Amino acid sequence: MSENNINKETNSNDLSGNNPDNDLQHKSDNSVKDKPVSQGRRDALKALATVPVLGAMAYGVYKKRKNELVNRSAADMFRFPTEISQFVPSLTDGQTIRLGIIGSGIRGKQLMEGLGFGTPEYVQDLIQQNRKDSKNTRYKDFLEQEDLNIRITAVCDIFDYHAEEAIAAGANINREGVNGKFGDRPVRYRNYKELLAADDVDAVVISTPDHWHGQMAMDAIIAGKHVYLEKPMTWTVPETYALRDLVRNSNVVFQLGHQNRQIEAYERAREIIEKGLLGPITLVETGTNRNDPNGAWVYDINPEANPKTIDWKQFDGDPDRIKEYLDYMTSAGLSKYIGPDSRDKFSLERFFRWRCWWDYSTGLSGDLLTHEYDAMNQILNLGIPGSASSSGGVYFFKDGRTVPDVLHTTFEYPDKNMTMLYSATLASQFKRSRKIMGHDATMEVGSSLTVTIDPKSDLYRERIDKGIIKTGEPFYHYVPGQNVDAVTSATELYFAERGLLYSYVGGRRYNTTHLHLREWLECIRTGKQPSCDIEQGFQEAITAHMGTRAYLEGRTMYWDADKEEITRG
Amino acid sequence: MNNKLRYPYNNIQLTFVVILRVLIGWYFLYEGLAKVFTPNWTAYGYLVDSKGLFSPIFRSIAENPDILAISDFINIWGLVIIGLLLILGLFEKLGYIGAAALLVLYYLAHPPLLNVEYLFPTEGSYLWVDKNLIMLFTVIVLYLFPTAKVIGIDRLIFNKNKAKH
Repeated sequence: MSENNINKETNSNDLSGNNPDNDLQHKSDNSVKDKPVSQGRRDALKALATVPVLGAMAYGVYKKRKNELVNRSAADMFRFPTEISQFVPSLTDGQTIRLGIIGSGIRGKQLMEGLGFGTPEYVQDLIQQNRKDSKNTRYKDFLEQEDLNIRITAVCDIFDYHAEEAIAAGANINREGVNGKFGDRPVRYRNYKELLAADDVDAVVISTPDHWHGQMAMDAIIAGKHVYLEKPMTWTVPETYALRDLVRNSNVVFQLGHQNRQIEAYERAREIIEKGLLGPITLVETGTNRNDPNGAWVYDINPEANPKTIDWKQFDGDPDRIKEYLDYMTSAGLSKYIGPDSRDKFSLERFFRWRCWWDYSTGLSGDLLTHEYDAMNQILNLGIPGSASSSGGVYFFKDGRTVPDVLHTTFEYPDKNMTMLYSATLASQFKRSRKIMGHDATMEVGSSLTVTIDPKSDLYRERIDKGIIKTGEPFYHYVPGQNVDAVTSATELYFAERGLLYSYVGGRRYNTTHLHLREWLECIRTGKQPSCDIEQGFQEAITAHMGTRAYLEGRTMYWDADKEEITRG
Repeated sequence: MNNKLRYPYNNIQLTFVVILRVLIGWYFLYEGLAKVFTPNWTAYGYLVDSKGLFSPIFRSIAENPDILAISDFINIWGLVIIGLLLILGLFEKLGYIGAAALLVLYYLAHPPLLNVEYLFPTEGSYLWVDKNLIMLFTVIVLYLFPTAKVIGIDRLIFNKNKAKH
């Protein structure tokens, strides 16, 4: 193509802005007079040539929106008129509650932090973490955690080191690091009964080994103290009934420590099931997967621990409870699970890693199944199962423990026509979601909810056939703190599942333990019943005991609802 | 006359450069509209997931609700307006500058660095060069090869002024 040619072709495409005029001048010699009008039209056409593109986009957007709205109306049944109300218990001014802490080991310290009391070293560590990595906002979160209007006046731990830590945390009223200004130090009691006798204690938080739970709670109730008791509720079956009777006949506010009760998504899950949106539910699958020594209860042994710093005698337990335990074990022919060490023999392993031996522990059933069960009981109102069977063994941690590290328990609910399966291993942390499987849809329950419609559903048949509901992919997704949107983008799902965006309640990040304690304290002030009260606790404890007994005895355990008894069928 | 032609395109060249301008305009406009139509859309997750040298700045935007709201507003309506400007050929150069500015920010917020993974799944594999960078340079090239004074509303605005002098 010659240069001339290019110029000829392009003379109307000049971008100097002069071209149309030039062009016109040049051509005016040999063209008719109406050329300016035609040129004006050409100008307008060229100026507006791309406007139809907007029309195309408007059409496309309209069609796409219409499509989405159809999908949205298909999901209408998953819309709920109200936001979940008050998931963060409000704080009344009320009285300042004076607390006693019984047991300040790993969990006890976490509970104190949930109450707003951390050791100066703990706070210092949070500050340090934030300095190293500005993304780490745990320090800020801890400072912003609401003040619960409480004082820690008393602590009791049978290990000096833990007791000193609890005192330091209790005195750290301004949530400061080392060298901060501290308040009054709580009184340390060497025996929990002395603490329960103290006048300046209104309520107690109990986080001791399992074999002490029921007894300490009962003694606290007799002493007239409100009780926050770590799960599992009890170690032996008989004490479960005794504790329930005591709480029922008292005025104390009793909360069992299942902080999962404070997860907003569970409340939405309950609404979805009550509306029948999953159809008849026949199978619930839950489980635990952990894969490190800590997750398998092989906790560090504190170098300061020795027979002088630990009150081994008090650690052993209450004689009546121990008798109940030994009576059951021997009468059921389970002597091989007792010990193997004698209870008298001081053992650092047994003191720090007590969860590994039935002599103090309730095993996977009490420690982790209870969380899963309580979550499902909250959502499905399960109650006590008709029967339980278990299997498993010590398959990985062959460190002398008697408690299995792999356990599967199947609970049957014949009245509800459903089964709940619990399956756990402490030697793989592969992620398995909790699933509630219905004929019409399956719901996965975590900190968010996902509902997938079943291709063979009857309830959604018509919509599936019309192509309004796609069955292969999550249909409804609920993320706490967000407005409900049934048609969520893949990206949002991705985020939610990784917990990056929405580990929040009502738009704020909360520690669930803080919320659970907070609910209990507010119930003490207002006289209301907390969410995990004694009736829920009783169901939790009996369910766990049935699973444990089924494992130990190697046969199915049944629940006689009339007599309220665990039977062997 | 030929000496006065600073950007001479033939018809085919012009057609395809205009198409490219309109396509990029379309992309921006629809990205904006999609966000307008998503209730409570926010760049929070995208910003939190920022990596690289400038990530502290993007994260600090995410963590301040007020600044986040402003940034979301500018992003959504910036995309819409830039898209309209490029499609219509209205204040074309302003449109390119705005587009380039947004693309620079997107690139810096999620640079495709070595050993960096984002939660936001991308539909390709990138090392240092990603689609944002390519589009950024496309926009720069378009800025250097303007078309709106021929095909676009700028033709009416700017040519009229010239005609008056």
